[in-house]
Amino acid sequence: MRQVLGDRKTIAVLLAPALICYSLIMLAPMIWSLGYTFFTGNPIRGFSFAGLANFDTLLHDPKTGQALAFTVKYAVTVTVGQVVLGYLLALLYVFHLKRSSGLVRTLVFFPVVLPTVAVSLLFQKLFAIVPQDGPVNSVLQLFGAESVNWFGSGAKAFLVIALMDIWRSMGFYGVLLYAGLVDIPDDVIESARLDGAGGWRLARAVVLPLSSPVLISALIFSINGTLKVFDSIYALTGGGPGSLTSPLTLHMYRTAFAYGDYGYGATIALTLTICCLLVTVAVFRGSRKDLLA
Amino acid sequence: MRRNDSSGPARPARQRWRWRRAPLGLAVAVLLLIEVYPLLWLFLGSLKTQDEFLNRPTWALPADWLNFDNYVQAWRSGISGDLLNSALAVFPALAVIVVCGAAAGFALEVMVWKGRGGVLLLFLGGIMIPSQMILLPLFSVYFQTHLTGTLWPLILTYVATGLPLTVFMMATYCRAIPRELFEAATIDGASMLRSFWSIGLPVLANAVFTVGLVQFFFLWNDLLIAMTFTSGSGHDELATVQVGLLSFQGRFGTVQYGPTMAAICLNVLITLVLYLFLNQRVMKGMTAGAVKG
Repeated sequence: MRQVLGDRKTIAVLLAPALICYSLIMLAPMIWSLGYTFFTGNPIRGFSFAGLANFDTLLHDPKTGQALAFTVKYAVTVTVGQVVLGYLLALLYVFHLKRSSGLVRTLVFFPVVLPTVAVSLLFQKLFAIVPQDGPVNSVLQLFGAESVNWFGSGAKAFLVIALMDIWRSMGFYGVLLYAGLVDIPDDVIESARLDGAGGWRLARAVVLPLSSPVLISALIFSINGTLKVFDSIYALTGGGPGSLTSPLTLHMYRTAFAYGDYGYGATIALTLTICCLLVTVAVFRGSRKDLLA
Repeated sequence: MRRNDSSGPARPARQRWRWRRAPLGLAVAVLLLIEVYPLLWLFLGSLKTQDEFLNRPTWALPADWLNFDNYVQAWRSGISGDLLNSALAVFPALAVIVVCGAAAGFALEVMVWKGRGGVLLLFLGGIMIPSQMILLPLFSVYFQTHLTGTLWPLILTYVATGLPLTVFMMATYCRAIPRELFEAATIDGASMLRSFWSIGLPVLANAVFTVGLVQFFFLWNDLLIAMTFTSGSGHDELATVQVGLLSFQGRFGTVQYGPTMAAICLNVLITLVLYLFLNQRVMKGMTAGAVKG
């Protein structure tokens, strides 16, 4: 049987299509992209060697610094929001709704599968001020406050972006963490209850420590995903006003395709990849057992 | 001891418990309102006329519940073409991803050979790489091989970006197949290639469907890749559903609320219908693929 399972021809036939496709369209371009960082230009104008100029620009370009700062701010805010709200949802499902949580879980998960562009356009309308106040501004007026021009300043636009992405994905983290929480044996919780632990104390002393592995995984998945954010911000604010809500991904896209500088674009992409890799190292340290058992 | 035997001595505690549950019930209600109302508002808005948008409060119900003019207008703006493009790009890519991914997952998990751990890691690395890192070289290659202006760049890139997660998930599912199945088949004289086709795939059918479903949402909702390879080069006739929706307001010139809302609704509808029927499977698959972030 070992011989049959180790048959080289069979392995090659099964593995080759995927491996070749993956190598040619992902691995090779990645290395190629590394090469671009030493050049300036684009495929239409042609390339010229630039040495380390791109890296020099990277260190002194205020726009890149701003984009990096925005990316980190966004990743941290949304990750905390997603995971904390997701965890609260999971606790709600397990300890409050119990067996009847199915419908709520399904409803709250739904925005996850909605097209990002559709959600972004919807949120533009929800937070609209012209030509007519959207629901959010209408509610504000109901409480006597003035309508807010949500997309007029970087801070407010950031708030809308964060709210939208948390709205979109908290159901996902709710279900992910729910799967971790239901794994906690009933008798552990039951015996803690009998010992007099209830509510807050039960959550802090028993549930939180027991669910920390899945919580850490969720945290890392979330950071890794939010660092790469593009679609939702591009469709919601386009990086505006100005470039106040541009993450690295959007800055890279503009640099390469609007200003036609592939070399510098690739350098920004590399910066982003390094950020993601740093998180990836954390993924392996945090969840090696689940991934490579 | 029966589980539901908690009446009797614990009665006062239970009553206090119920009392404390009231705020939680309220929280659930608010949660559902936050999740569902935006979508309801979107649908109601798609039935309103421009006059209603400008002169009636935003939470007013539509005057005419059967006013589908907005949908007619939205449809006439070219959504059918976008839908066709999306289908022509997503479904072929999906078929290749699933078949090649299952084969590679099988080769990496069921077959026994040196270095398979390394290859699996290689694929796993692809999940973490941001698409930005491969876009620029790919754009150059597609441009130089004159593929720009067709849907091929989209299909090829989708296949490559979808493979890592699929291979990883398929390998995980393959782990659960009892090896005795293949031993029996080998004794009956089947080659491993044949075993994969007539035993592996049928046993994996459920997993293949789930993975395909997850990938469908990723590809169908994609904006970044579609925008780079279709609209970046001035080929509006290649726009996918998401790219088309984003440029929808541009196509209409002035801000026409109704048709935009109808277009968003149409865009949401497809994922809504799929989710309506397959929500449990979608939730399971999506959370299993959480590594993608």
